[in-house]
Amino acid sequence: MKLATALSILTIGPAAAWHMSTDAPSGKSRRDIISKGVAFAAAVPTIANAYVVPDLPYGFDALEPYIDTPTMKIHHDKHHATYVANVNKATEGKPEVPILDLMADALEAGPGIRNSGGGHYNHAFFWELMEAPDKAKNTKPSSQLEELINKSFGSMDEMKSQFEAKAAPGATFGSGWVWVVVNQKGDSLSIVNTPNQDNPLMKGVLGEGVMFPILGLDVWEHAYYLKYQNRRPEYVSAWWNVVNWDKVSENCAYVVENHAGVSVKG
Amino acid sequence: MISMLSTVTIFLALRFQECFAKVDLPALPYDYKALEPIISSKTLEYHHDKHHAKYVATTNSMIAEESGLGDATLEEIMKQSYGSNIGLYNNAAQAWNHAFYWNCMKAKGGGKPTKQKKLMGLIKTSFGSFDVFVKEFSNAANTAFGSGWAWLVLDSESGKLLVTKTIGAENPMNVNSNWIPILTCDVWEHAYYLDYQNLRPTYTHNFLEKLVNWDFVADNLETASAKRGVGSEL
Repeated sequence: MKLATALSILTIGPAAAWHMSTDAPSGKSRRDIISKGVAFAAAVPTIANAYVVPDLPYGFDALEPYIDTPTMKIHHDKHHATYVANVNKATEGKPEVPILDLMADALEAGPGIRNSGGGHYNHAFFWELMEAPDKAKNTKPSSQLEELINKSFGSMDEMKSQFEAKAAPGATFGSGWVWVVVNQKGDSLSIVNTPNQDNPLMKGVLGEGVMFPILGLDVWEHAYYLKYQNRRPEYVSAWWNVVNWDKVSENCAYVVENHAGVSVKG
Repeated sequence: MISMLSTVTIFLALRFQECFAKVDLPALPYDYKALEPIISSKTLEYHHDKHHAKYVATTNSMIAEESGLGDATLEEIMKQSYGSNIGLYNNAAQAWNHAFYWNCMKAKGGGKPTKQKKLMGLIKTSFGSFDVFVKEFSNAANTAFGSGWAWLVLDSESGKLLVTKTIGAENPMNVNSNWIPILTCDVWEHAYYLDYQNLRPTYTHNFLEKLVNWDFVADNLETASAKRGVGSEL
């Protein structure tokens, strides 16, 4: 977004200056000249809505051996980047808004925003909730999150078990995501899945209405195929080793307080 | 007396087993290495021995629990479960789709179906030119978002060919009872990820240029035409 603003300024500035330096017809006011510059700038296409691929909060190899380096590189630099490029195309000329703000009405907005906007949000959300295993193992749910987990599932183990069941190829068939979400009231958790690049923030996706993710797992084959091939359950159970429960707890605190989705970078 | 009883028991057990429809995992029509370097032997091993095999096994375990399927064919199982039993449909259709897909490819395939005159003629009639068909099929394959399939089907009502794409396990014959598939390309990521990673368009391009078994496609057209009485005007 900063880039778009910078480019706009760079374009308007010289355009205005050029107009002022030429022999303007007599009687033309300064305001006329500047407005001509602005019109000139508007005619020059600026990069609207420059969503960007946010940097990973760790190196490509940080999540080894649970998620391999080539997967992280391709997943981030190619797949996520493609969603960003495509959502930029889909939002060209439209007012700039954070990607989170496009989620609620994504279905209505059409496949460009639903698929690519969803893809951008989901991946930006995903990278942040993971951490190198030796750091991740020192993270833990806050007391608020722990209470919610115990209330909603009985225990962490039970939650993980249900999550894994939901992530199985039979339960999430084809491409999709599995989420732990907070309900609208902010007093319970549940596990849901969504197809393709949909997410629980999008109206019309979940039967129960919009819910707020605090944890999510990509189960598109590109997320695990290089290392795990058909063995999705192995990927899912390995993934717990890189979950940053401090971040998940932060997400939880935010959504419970605000009854809104978590913001993401990019 | 006892041996008669045990014979009867065995006989009944075998008859009971025969009442279950059973889906087979067909062997690949070629060696794992046959489609290299377009599709690696590693991909074919996982794709056939793990993915396809799992769909077959799951279908069989699901139909063992379903009475009323008798010895239904795979297509009958798909028709019956479409829209009513998602789990069974997904697995049965994937079993069908993959068996079909293997035959859609061969070593040193691809290019134009110049030898298959009736097929080529119908492609030209239906699309205007072979190049337009390639464009439409590639587009379907490349834009099937998530996991899916690109298809060339005969519309038995119009007698023309058309391209369509489906998501997940969906087969065109269940989408429209007039549609008969004659060619498919699997664009689930597992079909190409080890060899192409995110570059699905390269996989699609290579599939059309180097792998398509036009003899199989032409045979499918023959069978489809005969089945539906389409053909006299072709």
